[in-house]
Amino acid sequence: MAWGFLGPSVVIFALFLVYPLGRTVYLSLHGNDIIGRPNRFVGLSHFTEMASPEYVQVLITTVVFSVGVVVPGVVGALVIVLLLEGVIRGQKFLRGAFAVPFAFSVASASVIFAVFYSPGNSVLNGILYRMGLDQVPWLTSQEMALWSIVITTVWMNLGYGVLVLAAGIGSIPKEVNEAARIDGATGPRLAWDVTIPMLGPQLFFLIVISTINALQSFGQIHILTSGGPVGSTTTLVYSIFQDAFAYGTSDFGRASAQALVLLLVVLVCTALQFGVIERKVHYS
Amino acid sequence: MTTVERDTAPVRTASGRTRHRHTPGHIAGRVLLYLMLAVFLIPVMFPVYYVFAGALMGSQELSAFPPRLLPSGIHLENIQGALDAVPLLRMYGNSLVMAGIITVSQLFTSALAAYAFVFLRFRGNAIVFALFLSTLMVPAEATFIPNYLTITGWGMGDTYAGLVMPFLAYAFGTFLLRQSFKQFPRELYDAARIDGMGHLRFLWTILMPLSKPALTAVGMYVFITSWNMYFWPLIITRSTEMQTLQIGLNSLKVGEYSNPGLLLAGAALSVLPTLALVIFGQRFIVRGLTAGAVK
Repeated sequence: MAWGFLGPSVVIFALFLVYPLGRTVYLSLHGNDIIGRPNRFVGLSHFTEMASPEYVQVLITTVVFSVGVVVPGVVGALVIVLLLEGVIRGQKFLRGAFAVPFAFSVASASVIFAVFYSPGNSVLNGILYRMGLDQVPWLTSQEMALWSIVITTVWMNLGYGVLVLAAGIGSIPKEVNEAARIDGATGPRLAWDVTIPMLGPQLFFLIVISTINALQSFGQIHILTSGGPVGSTTTLVYSIFQDAFAYGTSDFGRASAQALVLLLVVLVCTALQFGVIERKVHYS
Repeated sequence: MTTVERDTAPVRTASGRTRHRHTPGHIAGRVLLYLMLAVFLIPVMFPVYYVFAGALMGSQELSAFPPRLLPSGIHLENIQGALDAVPLLRMYGNSLVMAGIITVSQLFTSALAAYAFVFLRFRGNAIVFALFLSTLMVPAEATFIPNYLTITGWGMGDTYAGLVMPFLAYAFGTFLLRQSFKQFPRELYDAARIDGMGHLRFLWTILMPLSKPALTAVGMYVFITSWNMYFWPLIITRSTEMQTLQIGLNSLKVGEYSNPGLLLAGAALSVLPTLALVIFGQRFIVRGLTAGAVK
């Protein structure tokens, strides 16, 4: 009886989630012909190839990008919700305004930032020019391109962080704040000594989710830089795409090995999250 | 007639809130607070403003340097130009069909599964639920290569079926609906069952209508995320006729990269439906987004 109800979900998961994991392992252990058909067993060589400078660079770029997105995203969201706590009238409206970028798809956000960054009539360089500052080669310099994508990603994700942390603040018992106020804690002291520690679980959740999202970022790289210039914005997910689907290459073996590395990293992040949630449950 | 003004005692305002004394320090604190909020709000809102302002600017305004921040008038030629460059309306329809099918299907599959977990007794309930949850840990990108091979192997590349198939079920909805179904009074369920009501009828006529807030939260969340999907539609579609709006935006960017007005017009058009959902349905979205973060 129950399986009739679970059936539709189970069939989809089996076909498009469980089976693919097995097939990914199989593909990662095989070499393939030009159209991607596996034709020889190569053992772990796709994995050992990932120690080559080219792929080490991809992993470094992925880590730099993720840290670059997560730190300002979480700190920014935290500062915003703490400031919003001080707003008496219009708090909900302002919170809603900060959440608006959530409506923008990765493609629309990337297209807008492509206009902002474009070398010809860059809106951002125009603003810098009016402020008397130097022009920035947003997407054309190897040093800057990754950070331009970081800026776009932080903009897209900030609203989500604000919503998560605002929900966390809403769940802090009123008595806790009142007790702190009676003890004379106000403004920044109240935030530092009471609100931030009480937000611990939500902050941790946000850090883990943001990290996982950052690791999976794809559209903004595809639209803004296509992994360039000179591979400087090629992250793990983009590298999977390049090896498997771009420029007519179908190196499914090599791409599958990288997909398994991605899977492993994401699993570690989620396991971390579950472990800490478990601890939190024991505390309360 | 004389009016007596008293501002020594704290005044109760209409909302019942006690107004604080307006000491210089207090006012300075307020000003600082709003200034700091503005420092964050301006960069967050600027792209939102500019996509619509820029979409309405003439091409000369857009190519001026430094660029103008206010449109001089309403120019609709960008919108026409974007629609001429890429069949955005057709792609709009594709996105709507794709996101619509995925949303309805996930609501259906999630409701059925959540019903089994809450109301049906079967061996291994807890284990199966844990397995369901564990599927959420797998990043979709790690399954795209085999799924691409499966779908194209079935001859479904470049079709609606191929676009939606891997996403017809997702454990997140099951998780949220299970939470909601658990609130339903057990006695009412028992009474309905004793009256001889079948499981499906009970689910459809009593439980679903009473779970509208949770269904709306799941539905909006699923709709927005699938409307915004990028990687999968990019690899599984080939023809312009089957591409979704998001992929169309990339085509627009590749083809018209020197024409910012068209890019902004396309982005503005594409963002309208989700913008409306986020503005008018925010409380439902907050509920879907922050599930798991609180409690």
